[in-house]
Amino acid sequence: MATRDPQPVLEVSGIRKRFGAVTVLDGVQLTIRPGEIHALMGENGAGKSTLMKILAGVYQPDAGEIRVGAKPVRITCPADARACGINLIYQELSVAANLTVAQNIFMGAEPRGRFGIVDTAQMNRRAAEVLKSLGATFSPNRIASGLSIADQQQVEIARALVHDSRVLIMDEPTAALSERETARLFDVMRALRERGIAIIYISHRMAEVRMLADRVTVLRDGTWIGELTRDEATPDTVVRMMVGRELGGFYEHTQRRMPGPVRLKLADVRGAKVHPVSLEVRAGEIVGLAGLVGAGRTELARLVFGADPLSGGTIDVDGKPAAIRTPGDAIRLGIAYVPEDRKGQGLFLQQSLLANVTMNVLGKHARCGVLRRGELLDVTRGAIQRLSARGAGPDGIIGGLSGGNQQKLLLARWLEIKPRVLILDEPTRGVDIGAKHEIYRIIHELADAGVAVLCISSELAEIIGVCDRVLVMREGWLSGELHGERITQENIMALATQAQAA
Amino acid sequence: MQTLKSPLPTAPAASAHGSIGQAFSRMFATMGMLPVLVALYVVFYFLTGYFAEDGVSNFATTANTMNVLRQSSINLVLATGMTFVILTGGIDLSVGSVLAVSAVLGMIASLPGHAPALSLPIFLLAGLGMGLLNGTLVAVFKINPFVVTLGTMTALRGTAYLLADGTTILNREIPTFEWIGNESFLGLPWLVWVAAALVLAAWFILRRTVLGMHVYAVGGNPQAARLTGIKVGLVLVFVYAFSGLCAGTAGAMSASRLYGANGNWGSGYELDAIAAVVLGGTSLMGGVGTIWGTVTGALIIGLLNNGLTILGLSSFWQYVAKGTVIVLAVMLDKWRYQQQAN
Repeated sequence: MATRDPQPVLEVSGIRKRFGAVTVLDGVQLTIRPGEIHALMGENGAGKSTLMKILAGVYQPDAGEIRVGAKPVRITCPADARACGINLIYQELSVAANLTVAQNIFMGAEPRGRFGIVDTAQMNRRAAEVLKSLGATFSPNRIASGLSIADQQQVEIARALVHDSRVLIMDEPTAALSERETARLFDVMRALRERGIAIIYISHRMAEVRMLADRVTVLRDGTWIGELTRDEATPDTVVRMMVGRELGGFYEHTQRRMPGPVRLKLADVRGAKVHPVSLEVRAGEIVGLAGLVGAGRTELARLVFGADPLSGGTIDVDGKPAAIRTPGDAIRLGIAYVPEDRKGQGLFLQQSLLANVTMNVLGKHARCGVLRRGELLDVTRGAIQRLSARGAGPDGIIGGLSGGNQQKLLLARWLEIKPRVLILDEPTRGVDIGAKHEIYRIIHELADAGVAVLCISSELAEIIGVCDRVLVMREGWLSGELHGERITQENIMALATQAQAA
Repeated sequence: MQTLKSPLPTAPAASAHGSIGQAFSRMFATMGMLPVLVALYVVFYFLTGYFAEDGVSNFATTANTMNVLRQSSINLVLATGMTFVILTGGIDLSVGSVLAVSAVLGMIASLPGHAPALSLPIFLLAGLGMGLLNGTLVAVFKINPFVVTLGTMTALRGTAYLLADGTTILNREIPTFEWIGNESFLGLPWLVWVAAALVLAAWFILRRTVLGMHVYAVGGNPQAARLTGIKVGLVLVFVYAFSGLCAGTAGAMSASRLYGANGNWGSGYELDAIAAVVLGGTSLMGGVGTIWGTVTGALIIGLLNNGLTILGLSSFWQYVAKGTVIVLAVMLDKWRYQQQAN
């Protein structure tokens, strides 16, 4: 740390943010001093990204105060944030491939010459200066397409620097970098720190945080848990702070079923973002698939379901090799997949409950392609009743229902195919407590009836409460398996982040 | 590794009752553009009466109403096919050119010494074939529908001119399909019956069959449709093929009506068809819309054409009026979409 300036450059307090009925941030605080690297840590869903988006002007907080250099500010749009000297570098980089590096750096703030014409010479000169100060090896005149991820990141950092950045927020900057590129990025970050720029650094990698951060703030479930200095922030302490919530009786589960024969067997399955993965799920077993967001869990599920092409490995269903090339193949084999992104990949939001619930079994309730509407109505009414989904009749539009009811009806669609293997991807995301409870009940009923359930969840409490066995993925690999007593939040997080050799 | 995603906001509750805006949006949701059609009819009735020399409107007569229906029928047939395409989130710019090619081919077949008996099947099969071509390019080669049909629109227009050798193929002796354009059945022109039959078929497919549900699903959420096991590609091929078939039918209708065909037939018709569909409340984003809306939209355009002509407005001004309606329709579409998003 360069200076011990007592005056924080950025102070955030009492931030609250709700999306609909869900409170994602409540009473969060954060103090950033100039010239420090401040790591922000927390589980998936702890509220880190929301907080950063508030600082960057993407979201407005419902309550709370933001002070920049002791002066209260209102950040209502990204331009405000930039004016305050706050720049956010997103995980998904936003470099325009068709423009030159210099054009990217000055995008939206091009230096103007006479008659308002862009002063290209000045732009290139200043871009070259900034890039040189970052130790970049590429020219500002080149077209951005073809730059490596690390180089694109430098472009984004340069973009922040030409705007006189005082606080630079980096959201998992090392996620897609090689080791060497990471080392280079860290050099740049340290150099920026020397220049007095504060960096808020979001990462799940304990080792990096340990190496780099001057301070660590931990969030959990949208609340502020604590701030640690470099010396206090040992992996054990941080993990405990990240996960240390009380498990209510809500997640207790009483009886353990005796698993039946193997229903789903993967051997060396691989594809984009999935390294060879082998696993088994038995009839009547609920297997949790834990890991951080981006660990390859959804990608694995999509491979099994035929939604993405398999680049190797075999899938057996009920002991027989399965040739799954399309989702239709998987459905015929009795595999159901309830996707994570309910609105983007699951529901037909503008259509009726009936269409949404029966879409997978239309063929069963039709003769020569002509629908038997009476049967479809019965199916829909039955599903609405069985899952206690309230809010609308079969002809109501599903987009108007609450998240919980939508999720239940999406589940209902997949139950209609009478699945033998059910893959759930974040089954209770954005769902209220009541619906959560209902969904857990259904999952258990299905397992009791002999369905093999693979449940992807980023909510540790859910994994622990619902699953009989837990597999943990990290960066596309299966990093471990936990049974019985060993299924604890600490063990899961350790496997997911590789905080210590677990 | 990635960072977390914050919990998704839950869906907003269904909009509350109350404000006038919401009352309007409910009305549009249930009745579509029907009120506009009725209002237009009334306005034209009074305007034509006011400007008529004897002060009597000949707008609301049976004969003129027949005219409106007959003049709307070809556009309605094209718009029916277009409805399917737009419901999947696509667009078919080639219908006018497909109409021309199939009209020219059918008329060539009808010439003495050729195969007059096969004319009718040739109209339809030519249309179907060109539709299949569009569908294959969109579904199999995954090219943007706008680009595909812009290409086929241009290429097929040229083909029509080439086939007709730059002239108009005329034939007064077309016994096998003269009835379509010139005879009536139960007091209604066959043109209207053909359009009505296609509309009914479209309604049946969209509302009563698995295929229809799949059309809406593909347009509403292609990713979800794929994950539901729907063969998205086949659905796309079907909608473009159906649109082609409709354009072929329209080719038969116009060739029969005019006892001839040339390379210029149907030029610009695609825009009227699209306007009818969008006026009918079908979202250009796909997934939302009804065939009844399209019928209303086609009648609005037919009424505009007819009423403006009776008023003696020059065809130049008619273009301006129609263009304005298309833009207003897209604004309406956008506004509806926002209403739904809220």
